[in-house]
Amino acid sequence: MDAIILQLLNGLDKGSAYALIALGLTLIFGTLGVVNFAHGALFMIGAFCAVTLSKLFNISYETVDPTRKDFLGNPLKIKEPYLEHWFGHDLGATLIDWAVPLAILFSIPIMIAVGFIMERGLIKHFYKRPHADQILVTFGLAIVLQELIKHYYGANPLPTPAPAALTGSFDFGALIGFDPNVVIYPYWRLVYFAFAAVVIGAVFAFLQFTTFGMVVRAGMADRETVGLLGINIDKRFTIMFGIAAAVAGMAGVMYAPINSPNYHMGMDFLVLSFVVVVVGGMGSLPGAVAAGFLLGILESFASMNEIKSLLPGIDQIIIYLVAIIILLTRPRGLMGRKGVMEE
Amino acid sequence: MSNKFTRRGVLKTGAGAGAGLALPTIFTGNVWAAAHSGYTNAPQGSSVTLGFNVPQTGPYADEGADELRAFQLAVEHLNGEGDGGMISTFSSKTLQGNGIMGKKVEFVTGDTQTKSDAARASAKSMIEKDGAIMISGGSSSGVAVAVQGLCQEAGVIFMAGLTHSNDTTGKDKKANGFRHFFNAYMSGAALAPVLEKLYGKDRAAYHLTADYTWGWTQQESIQAATEAIGWKTINNVLTPLAQTDFSSYIAPVLNSGADVLVLNHYGGNMVNSLTNAVQFGLREKQVNGKNFEIVVPLYSELMAKGAGKNIAGIVGSQNWDWKLEDEGTKAFVQSFGTKYGFPPSQAAQTCYAQTLLYADAVERAKSFNPCAVAEALEGYEFDGLGNGKTLYRAEDHQCFKDVLVVRGAENPQDEFHLVEIVEVTPVGQVTYAPDHPMFAGGALGSCNPGA
Amino acid sequence: MLGLDKKDFTLLLVVAALVLLAPFILNPFPADSAMAQFNAGYPDLMQRFVIFGIFAIGFNILFGLTGYLSFGHAAFLGVGSYSAVWMFKLLSMNVIPAIILAVIVSGVFALVIGFVSLRRTGIYFSILTLAFAQMSFNLAYSVLTPITNGETGLQITLNDPRILGVSATAEGGIPVTNLFGLEMRGTEVLNIGPWAFQFNNGYYLCGVIMLIAFYISIRIFRSPFGLMLRAIKANKTRLNYTGLNTRPYALAAFVISGMYAGLAGGLLASMDPLAGAERMQWTASGEVVLMTILGGAGTLIGPVVGAGFIKYFENIFSKINESVLHGWFSFLPEGMENGVVWVTEHFVGPGWHLTLGLLFMLVVTFLPGGLVEGGQKLAGLFRRKSKSEAPDGAAQKHPAE
Repeated sequence: MDAIILQLLNGLDKGSAYALIALGLTLIFGTLGVVNFAHGALFMIGAFCAVTLSKLFNISYETVDPTRKDFLGNPLKIKEPYLEHWFGHDLGATLIDWAVPLAILFSIPIMIAVGFIMERGLIKHFYKRPHADQILVTFGLAIVLQELIKHYYGANPLPTPAPAALTGSFDFGALIGFDPNVVIYPYWRLVYFAFAAVVIGAVFAFLQFTTFGMVVRAGMADRETVGLLGINIDKRFTIMFGIAAAVAGMAGVMYAPINSPNYHMGMDFLVLSFVVVVVGGMGSLPGAVAAGFLLGILESFASMNEIKSLLPGIDQIIIYLVAIIILLTRPRGLMGRKGVMEE
Repeated sequence: MSNKFTRRGVLKTGAGAGAGLALPTIFTGNVWAAAHSGYTNAPQGSSVTLGFNVPQTGPYADEGADELRAFQLAVEHLNGEGDGGMISTFSSKTLQGNGIMGKKVEFVTGDTQTKSDAARASAKSMIEKDGAIMISGGSSSGVAVAVQGLCQEAGVIFMAGLTHSNDTTGKDKKANGFRHFFNAYMSGAALAPVLEKLYGKDRAAYHLTADYTWGWTQQESIQAATEAIGWKTINNVLTPLAQTDFSSYIAPVLNSGADVLVLNHYGGNMVNSLTNAVQFGLREKQVNGKNFEIVVPLYSELMAKGAGKNIAGIVGSQNWDWKLEDEGTKAFVQSFGTKYGFPPSQAAQTCYAQTLLYADAVERAKSFNPCAVAEALEGYEFDGLGNGKTLYRAEDHQCFKDVLVVRGAENPQDEFHLVEIVEVTPVGQVTYAPDHPMFAGGALGSCNPGA
Repeated sequence: MLGLDKKDFTLLLVVAALVLLAPFILNPFPADSAMAQFNAGYPDLMQRFVIFGIFAIGFNILFGLTGYLSFGHAAFLGVGSYSAVWMFKLLSMNVIPAIILAVIVSGVFALVIGFVSLRRTGIYFSILTLAFAQMSFNLAYSVLTPITNGETGLQITLNDPRILGVSATAEGGIPVTNLFGLEMRGTEVLNIGPWAFQFNNGYYLCGVIMLIAFYISIRIFRSPFGLMLRAIKANKTRLNYTGLNTRPYALAAFVISGMYAGLAGGLLASMDPLAGAERMQWTASGEVVLMTILGGAGTLIGPVVGAGFIKYFENIFSKINESVLHGWFSFLPEGMENGVVWVTEHFVGPGWHLTLGLLFMLVVTFLPGGLVEGGQKLAGLFRRKSKSEAPDGAAQKHPAE
């Protein structure tokens, strides 16, 4: 029983990462009709916003300690971050410790800007081009972004820990009547889940309850008619692109403490996020979110020993197997609309 | 770095002889034996070309870059530039800084992409196009085995870089292939006594293993070694190589009754699984009245860097570490550190040593012929390359030397001191018989000069 | 001739000439010159050019004609390679049975996957094919290791139970792949002055097979069957309304292109008897998609051009390192040399991915329709200038070639 609850939590946690990425992807994919292979790269850039901020916070000045030696036998240089120098040791260290949550604020304007530049500078010219061309150009862009990050940060993963206050585990089981320390779950992963829920809720509320959102939804349903009504849908789509980039970026920032970011993490998520979006059904935001959680939970359960011993290797293929079953039983995924990307 | 290296080596397939002739000369026979000296790519003229095939893209690109630095340094030292590094501490004194057998050493580089296919394509282009006489490098066992097979067919020598699977000198061993790096069996054998000393005999281990050949041999080795000291093995769970989030594999460990977690993972897999394990509070956990412990059989500096503070106190094994105190290590660290500004990784050291060993074997054999070189390397005993007294065993072309057991530092003084040496396990404890069951099923075959 | 009209026949002749003379064309620089780095005329790369050409031609029969974008085609290439290597291990080192088995097995595999996947269209179809291919890759890497040898890749060993032929040669080596005794790795070297041209048996076998494959693809493009496939791309719904079931046609195209992929896989294994699981990964499937789009989807020769382009970058640009650059720019003054080398090295060696990414973006932005169509436009522009006439109507109507 405890194992099932733990895997359920894992599934929700994985699912929230999938859902966040798929949500951003489907905003672009489902609303703008653009197959964006650079979406994984946006997620990766988000994670590197966290890395960058923590690097910025750690910019240090060096003092020489002649009593100690470095690896070449020269006097050791001791580094002390300027932040600790300026704000005193305690406040400075706290700021450095909280770099990742602070990076959320830092990342939003950056990601929106990245999204705007991408859309205005490149994607805009590809709305009327075949999907194949969109794949090629966004794949090229993804490689370029990835290589730029690799050039500055190297290929090795960079540890970006969560604040010390949030690194422990929460005794979840004690709340629901288990013995202490049986069902425990890391704080940061719970934070991630809560954060994803808030972001997903905010995006839905935005589309549901604002005039802007209403027009965008109308544009998703029938772009031409909305255009005929004299509404500048293009400008709104640019904004949607910015929002999608910001969602992907924030998902990346928050993910950084879970797994050390590296330059190809975007590509690792790319295929998966396309599967999630399509399983959810093209053009459906709730579908993408539902598919994200569904696949996350099933993936977690598939990695349980009891299931692996029955079906060896099932955890290797579960996502794809589920995708095939769903697409064969439901022609347009979970909640897809007719006619979207079916050509 | 400026003009120390000349341009890529010229194609030597008979071009020297045919140069300037108006009439076409046609050589028959295959390209492996294009030159007339009875073996593939026999060096013509005043230079010799080596091929360094390392991952330059993909997750192991940084490790590949470090290997490349070591190769460049080795080539410099062979050509008599720089401070000579470990040439001065090497027990064999054949290397004079005048290249190899008086021929200037040139090199070509390629990208393995950590894929066996791409690695073979890259190695083939070095052999067919650039006339490389020896191929070295690599950062994974799959690639090493694939390229080793190619070199055997092509008739050039393969000096393996970082490859840790038992198979490289076990069931996939080849007469033209040589490995300086240690292997999974040695990791297990070196770790077990230290684990016993640190954590006692009465332990229950839970293994997470990367689901591919290296992972399996690593797991098999460490399980056998720990069971020999009385540990129980609770479970062994295979994890997909492409896995990034290991939470669903870590969570079942919590209540499994195990008090040790063994992570048979390398590279990004290890960084993530260890980070996740620490997130789930395994380091603070008490099971069966003992502190829960995590063991990572194969360590590397880059992995330690990627895992950050999470590696504090975690035990593993290494082929070499720059903090060793012997003369060879000191000379190498001095030379490498001065040139690049940071200490070399174990991948760099093995690649540097392999290049020197190859050059020395050629000098001793007085020939570049792969069969002569192989003969010179087989059963060769040497010292002064950083690992102490070492034997290149003739039966399987594996080096036997001391193995390091290391532990993640609690309070590293700087980013270069992430791990500390716990013990240097003497070579006697990690030696095994050539027909050990974990290495059975293959044969060296006979050496192939390509002609 | 050969059932082709004049234009297609000319194209076939041109391609045939290019294939036969490739060892010369791809080796324009003397072997010891600084530019020799750009020579691509060595056996392995020439083989790769034509083999991936076959792969892309086959992919184009599906994607270029029907518009079905398969994202799992690498699976068929991988299955082809595995079958071929098993044939070498168990039957004989002759490449013919290996290639035949590769084509058959991948054809059957394509039939099964195609039958299921073609129940859906558009992106749903793409994801279904992707899912099948990823499952094949993941299983080949792990659970199916007894059949595939996992990460290391399936290789020939000294103790294979070969029915026809020996397990090991008299010298104790592994026998080599051959065509009735003609060794695939055999190469003649022709030295003319400072040039060294390599003529490799395996390359010519692949070249001839590619010409046949290319010829078949032209015939398919021009046949009523090809027309039907194009109709599927143009408007499937209307076809369905006329009471026509399009699925058998699409399935036929899918199986044919799967067999082309299997043929390519079989040839890869015949040239170098190793089959790695990465051949089935989604990146490999993506690569053939990129090749086809880059060269020009739906054109006859485009995919081959795209395949050559990408393989050239992978094999040539990745090998240019700092010391090579210093060799090139050594004529510059020291400071300038270092500057130029510093800039250039970001785009070669470890940075070859960056160059490839940038080129993808540039090509697709400025040459819509791919390299071939871009080339035609340039040629058209040129012609218009010289003749100062209206654009050539024929060229506009058939941008496909």
